[in-house]
Amino acid sequence: MATTSQSFQRSPEGANSEFVPVARAENVMGLIGNTPLLEITKITAGLLRPGVRIFAKLEGFNPGGSVKDRPALKMIMEGLRKGELVPGKTIIDSTSGNTGIALAMLGAALGFPVELVMAANASRERKKIIQAFGAKIIYSDPLEGSDGAILLCRKIIERNPERYFKPDQYANENNPLAHFETTGPEIWRQTKGAVTHFIAGLGTGGTVMGTGRYLKMRNPAVKVIGVEPDDAMHGLEGLKHMASSIVPPIYHEEELDDKIQVSTEDAYEMVYALGQIEGVLVGQSSGAAMVAALKVARGLREGCVVTIFPDFGEKYLSTNLWIGWKSWTRDRLSHLLAKCKTESESVIT
Amino acid sequence: MPVQIRVPTPLRRFTGGADVVTAEGSSLREVLDDLERKHPGLRERLLDENGELRRFVNIYINGDDVRFLDNLSSKVKDGDDISIVPAIAGGR
Repeated sequence: MATTSQSFQRSPEGANSEFVPVARAENVMGLIGNTPLLEITKITAGLLRPGVRIFAKLEGFNPGGSVKDRPALKMIMEGLRKGELVPGKTIIDSTSGNTGIALAMLGAALGFPVELVMAANASRERKKIIQAFGAKIIYSDPLEGSDGAILLCRKIIERNPERYFKPDQYANENNPLAHFETTGPEIWRQTKGAVTHFIAGLGTGGTVMGTGRYLKMRNPAVKVIGVEPDDAMHGLEGLKHMASSIVPPIYHEEELDDKIQVSTEDAYEMVYALGQIEGVLVGQSSGAAMVAALKVARGLREGCVVTIFPDFGEKYLSTNLWIGWKSWTRDRLSHLLAKCKTESESVIT
Repeated sequence: MPVQIRVPTPLRRFTGGADVVTAEGSSLREVLDDLERKHPGLRERLLDENGELRRFVNIYINGDDVRFLDNLSSKVKDGDDISIVPAIAGGR
């Protein structure tokens, strides 16, 4: 069996089997998944009770650089299997970044043209990466955000429906299924079943839905918690403020045990802290995830908190994330940590 | 001096759904003050507790990023076109 299919067809039943990392692959698809867990120890030093640990799954290690490689691969392979994606068709979707990068990478590897609709204010790095994979970008009005890109993408497909295959990450159940089949089992294995809380940002909802379902299947006591921006006007690339957005059909809020709102400023501060204290340079959605993980962990007597860091930080170096970072000091981290402690009292334990 | 301000989707709940509104002032700060009077709640989304532009908010005057002009002190004249643009594209 090719390494390609090994990567995305791991069954939940296989979750207990010994994991052997891919040392060699015949194509980039074989390198997707099996990302490492990093225990966050320096930022949390002295803050958590002895039996509480926080781990971050570093999805930036995927070949396309983000967690989105997983659902993109699953959606495309299922499209091929069902005959919905056939030679001559173009892969199209609305995406502001990481899914676009994943689709562009996979389109290149599999020989399909890719067109991506995104708001014109997506980060410069993301646009360049997507174009470097040979994909075409169609820009939508930056004032309309990701919902504007979704609507423009629909219009383009309506004009020529036979031409396109749209993975439709917001509505495609293969998105959460990719996480049910890979991210969830990996976390279960990597924590040896000790995970008690799973925390992930809400974008399409695919990560938290699929991974959460798997972990709850293994242990119904696992708490699954979503993270979203605290306001419709925010700066957390990749995350959605659900109350003010088109709610993705794959997202079912009732399956969550809790939802934590994080301010853009707090998430940015955590990104600076993770870089300078933990030695991990990540994007703003990882900063938000870490803030939420701390809020939960500080309220626990014991537990194993696992969160997702969706990508690394290189893609954001030209963005507003880094405005004012030079004045960052550890004093500001103390301020942030104090807020996490206060708010943890209201968080589910 | 009325200027035209283009409002992004996440802020239209403060403008009754309008994507374009008008306000007056000779500097961006004055325009934003007037905007707050007409549409309460907007200012807090745009400026931080120190009264500075939030890091994730970009404002353009006739297409020029105010961070490359004089920030909130940037001069505004009659008929200028101001756009408020979230620094991110949202979604995934």
